[in-house]
Amino acid sequence: MKKQKQKLTEKAFAVLTWGAAALTLGTLAFLIAFILIRGIPHLKPSLFAWEYTSENVSLLPAFVTTAEITLLSLLIAVPLGVFSAIFLTEYAKRGNKAVALVRLTAETLSGIPSIVYGLFGWLFFVTSLKWGFSLLSGAVTLSIMILPLIMRSAEEALKAVPDTYREGAFGLGAGKLRMVFRVALPAAMPGILAGVILAVGRIVGETAALIYTAGTVAQIAPSPMASARTLSVHMYALSSEGLFMNESYATAVVLLLLVAGINALSGFIAKRLGGKGERQGGE
Amino acid sequence: MKDKSIFEIKSLDLFYGNFQALKSINMELAGGEITAFIGPSGCGKSTLLKTLNRMNDLVEGCRITGTVRLMGQDVYGGMDVNLLRRRVGMVFQKPNPFPMSVYDNIAFGPRTHGVKKKSALDSVVEKSLRDAAIWDEVKDRLKKPALALSGGQQQRLCIARALAVGPEVLLMDEPTSALDPISTGKIEELLLQLREEYSIVIVTHNMQQATRVSDRTAFFLLGEVVEYAKTETMFSMPKDKRTEDYITGRFG
Repeated sequence: MKKQKQKLTEKAFAVLTWGAAALTLGTLAFLIAFILIRGIPHLKPSLFAWEYTSENVSLLPAFVTTAEITLLSLLIAVPLGVFSAIFLTEYAKRGNKAVALVRLTAETLSGIPSIVYGLFGWLFFVTSLKWGFSLLSGAVTLSIMILPLIMRSAEEALKAVPDTYREGAFGLGAGKLRMVFRVALPAAMPGILAGVILAVGRIVGETAALIYTAGTVAQIAPSPMASARTLSVHMYALSSEGLFMNESYATAVVLLLLVAGINALSGFIAKRLGGKGERQGGE
Repeated sequence: MKDKSIFEIKSLDLFYGNFQALKSINMELAGGEITAFIGPSGCGKSTLLKTLNRMNDLVEGCRITGTVRLMGQDVYGGMDVNLLRRRVGMVFQKPNPFPMSVYDNIAFGPRTHGVKKKSALDSVVEKSLRDAAIWDEVKDRLKKPALALSGGQQQRLCIARALAVGPEVLLMDEPTSALDPISTGKIEELLLQLREEYSIVIVTHNMQQATRVSDRTAFFLLGEVVEYAKTETMFSMPKDKRTEDYITGRFG
């Protein structure tokens, strides 16, 4: 009797977990299929023209802008984030008040909605510093937004590097600098990279913060001080105007492929970097 | 080098915060010999080992008084710590090769100290691996990750890595405690060969190991050196009652 009841519970639980998994996958599959079906028929070569015109809403300028903003933001945020992580893990003493403060700040920053970053960027970079709606304003704003993410992931990655590596390096007479750059950082690289990829995902998907700071000009920006729109902003603009819904779906397809491509690339890089040493032998 | 004292330790006290881990240690370690530190867990033997190349500098709240001299030079008096660690190499309890290739592991030390030429690095790598009796096992996989080696091979690799910077002394902190008996045997054999060229200090939990490889043994208890003598003498005629109790297995 008791056994039967147990069996029943077990079965119910199995069904529940299967159901949850199926629902999750199903939703995702439906979403992707929906976008692909609505978008692919409208992926015409004309969408990849260099010029955006009001007749032909080309997405290529937005694609280029996405790459530019991503690169610029990473250029600012990655060194800053990784160096602060190095400070927190390798240099700051344990129980240091500053460390706790930096960590608290980072955690708070990562919880702020992106529109708030946008507002800040608009007030500070666009208005006060007079950078105007520009790639630079957008990239700097986004770099502030992703900084906590990069810092925390780099910190976790560095903390996961076994202290025995550090001892080994010091034991051979290496200084701290050499230990950090030749031993700890390379060992932490896959983890740091994972954070960077997440950050790229946030940049590529961001709209709110960019509308306020980089503006919505649909051409390739002639200089970093010019306004331009990324793919996500482009999509938002198209669909909110309501005139080019088909092209909007086509843009969504490109965005989807871009993100999938980035993820695949990151997996590949992490594997190549990690493959050198990640696999633990003899343990 | 033989019979000359390599380390001279005088009235050394060591504190971790308020806890005194070593109490007025006085001893001389002879060059060209293998000295074993034995004693129960927490007796201070590893701590003393780490004061010899200042690895204790890395421990927060660690305070040291007294002097340690390496061939007459005060280790704690303005000696460049990186230079000290080059002269006094260390092998750790758990094999800790870096997550890089076998070659890069060995070349790490020489590169740290400014060797850049490929040919010079090649010959150091080969010599160190030969001296650590692992060359034949890894010569065809120098570019392969060191972490893919077995535990025993990893530890011999770490010994080779320590030898590559040309140390005068090797400190070994229970180097075989994480290894199987066969790997342990190989390392003990290796130690006896290395004694020809290097002075070795080894911390061990294993009294048989101390009798097999060491020339002199120091017995530690609660932060003090209870007895320090030739290994044969200590294990056949211990002077102190506590030493006798420990080596006959009455505690520890």
